[in-house]
Amino acid sequence: MRNPFSNKINIQCSLLSVVWAVLLLGMSLGSLHADTLDIPIGLITEEEGRHIPLSLLQPVIEDIGEAGALQGIHDNNTTGRFTGQSFTLTVEKVNPEEPATQAFRKLHGQGIRLFLLNLPAKKLLKVADQPEAKTSLLFNIGATDDYLRQNECRANLLHTMPSRAMLADALAQYLAWKRWTKWFLVVGRHPQDKAYAKALKRAAKRFGHKIVEQKQWDFEPGARRTDSGHNREQQVVNEYSQVGDYDILIVADESDEFGEFLIYRTYRPRPVGGTHGLSPVAWSGVHEQWGATQFQRRFNEQHARWMTDRDFSAWLAVRSIGEAATRTASGQVDRLHPYIIGPAFNLAAFKGRPVSFRDWSNQLRQPLLITSARLTISVSPQKGFLHQFTTLDTLGYDRPESDCVN
Amino acid sequence: MRLKYPQNRLSILLLLQRLLGSILFMLLSTPLFAYTIYVSSEKDNQITVIDGKSLKVVDEVSVGERPRGIALSKDNKTLYICTSDADRIEVLDLQTMKITHTLPSGPDPELLVIGPQGKYLYAANEDDNMVTMVDIEKRAKVTEIQVGVEPEGMGISPDGKWLVNTSETTNMAHFINLQNMKVEDNVLVDQRPRVAEFSSDGKQVWVSSEIGGTVSVIDTESRKVLKKIAFKIPGIHKDLIQPVGIKIATDGKQAFVALGPAARVAVIDTTSYEVEKYLLVGQRVWNLAFSPGEKFVFTTNGASNDVSVIDVERLKVKKSIRVGRLPWGITVGE
Repeated sequence: MRNPFSNKINIQCSLLSVVWAVLLLGMSLGSLHADTLDIPIGLITEEEGRHIPLSLLQPVIEDIGEAGALQGIHDNNTTGRFTGQSFTLTVEKVNPEEPATQAFRKLHGQGIRLFLLNLPAKKLLKVADQPEAKTSLLFNIGATDDYLRQNECRANLLHTMPSRAMLADALAQYLAWKRWTKWFLVVGRHPQDKAYAKALKRAAKRFGHKIVEQKQWDFEPGARRTDSGHNREQQVVNEYSQVGDYDILIVADESDEFGEFLIYRTYRPRPVGGTHGLSPVAWSGVHEQWGATQFQRRFNEQHARWMTDRDFSAWLAVRSIGEAATRTASGQVDRLHPYIIGPAFNLAAFKGRPVSFRDWSNQLRQPLLITSARLTISVSPQKGFLHQFTTLDTLGYDRPESDCVN
Repeated sequence: MRLKYPQNRLSILLLLQRLLGSILFMLLSTPLFAYTIYVSSEKDNQITVIDGKSLKVVDEVSVGERPRGIALSKDNKTLYICTSDADRIEVLDLQTMKITHTLPSGPDPELLVIGPQGKYLYAANEDDNMVTMVDIEKRAKVTEIQVGVEPEGMGISPDGKWLVNTSETTNMAHFINLQNMKVEDNVLVDQRPRVAEFSSDGKQVWVSSEIGGTVSVIDTESRKVLKKIAFKIPGIHKDLIQPVGIKIATDGKQAFVALGPAARVAVIDTTSYEVEKYLLVGQRVWNLAFSPGEKFVFTTNGASNDVSVIDVERLKVKKSIRVGRLPWGITVGE
């Protein structure tokens, strides 16, 4: 097995992939097809600042989403080589203080109509509501907010990132299979933690769990790296978690401020799940079933890190465009969009069954992974959770529950 | 040690035993009956050897990491094994049951086919978008051909003119002309194509699409998709009907398609392209092989760790044979 972490730095890697994409483009122009159809895709991504993970083993990632999109571009171009289509990616970065609409209009002005958006929900909707966006097709690759799929749907906005409800349902189904039904819920101090907890509560109700204890985690995070960190965490978590008995502690800490500290430090000898520990995710570096090994290796070799769920969501978006472009022989939004949300569309996504879009919320339905830090523990939907149409729709808000009418 | 029987009776017994032995030997060496089934077990890193007459496991041979595609030499004396995680093709001498040497294959070989003359073998390298051509005798790589992303299925036309390779993420069947080793045509099929299999007259090539849930029947001459065969099984969601292995009878009348997690093999009338019957086999049925004379079809069932035996005449599953964990590839030698 090759070591995926070579000492290349990220910039070199992305440069390499650009060179690679250009080479492929050259090949397609040169050899197989005289007339190549150019299909440009834009990525607008919010710079989140340097996020320092709690674990030293986790890399600081600066091209999250972009790397996954590039892998999709490469995969599309390999097919494009044979079909005479050439895909390119243009990236616009915006900082948290500035709106994303300017970047959107800039790319739109360059003729781009297909967009990947790695933005918070509010900014996402602002872009989707621009007049120029009416003739564009947008993919949300980053925001998990349920209201984007429940109340604030937009016809031109598709979601390849799973919603919080889907993630929570995936975990709740596995815990139902395990019969770990008594939960101790620990919620972080941010609004997104509360939103995650809300999804967990809904899932608990749907799948027969009981939240027997709930606490808020209010400690200021402080510096990530200290020389005697464990002394404090050991004491604090031990005292904090002295509650009545439960089967599993479920943590809602989307900002990665404290969740990791809870594992192995609870007062009772109980496992931890949620945003940390046993986690529901769209993708993880640990996944290697259904042919994913080769997919992961390709990514590692190019980007010298493991693929994240946002990279995977970006890849899914680019591949959805690619698949529709292949089948419709077109790069036009008015041809691609109906195909992607239509009944004929399905996509192989290394998840053991085809993935497709829900026509009521524009959400991509897909199996979700239940992972530990090192392995895939299970894949949801779990056996026995039935559905009238597809068991994939047991994850997240189903058609009758949705307020969106498309 | 005391003898239980008088000497003369013992010798009669011995004689009888020998006689029986030689009758058994004669039976076994009759070409009609004597054949052997080889199964690769992806998880157990072994080749399971099954006697075709008794349908019992007679041997297990340890090989390199993650054996998947396997193929026999034309003289049936050698088995070539893609050991995917060992990045090579291992050569198993079937007389001594020892790995004698390895062949260069490029990284992560998944499936291989032997050319009609038996001189070259062709392997799909899932990791680097290549098909590798290897000279078996010289034990050397001859050339590599660039194909789509994650090459997998390998079908060779009976006249040796065409090699059809499928690429899982590109969703194409690549027609490689074996005279000049060039990709001459690319046929778009449904999602995640796995196996390519020619009809015995070479006029058609059938390609299974695991995630698309269909089998595309491609006309070799025009490279047009003549028919897309879809499957429908009551009580099983279409997402879980995932065609992989294909075998087409030599008389061209029937085809068998393994349907993965649906745990069924579809029997297809090759004239009407209608499914005649779904046969319940083991879980995650993957690849298929005919017995000599095509009286039986054998299946590898990855999730239930066994091989199902289908009686072709009666269209019934006759038996299942326990093998190593995650059985994947299967081939039958006389």
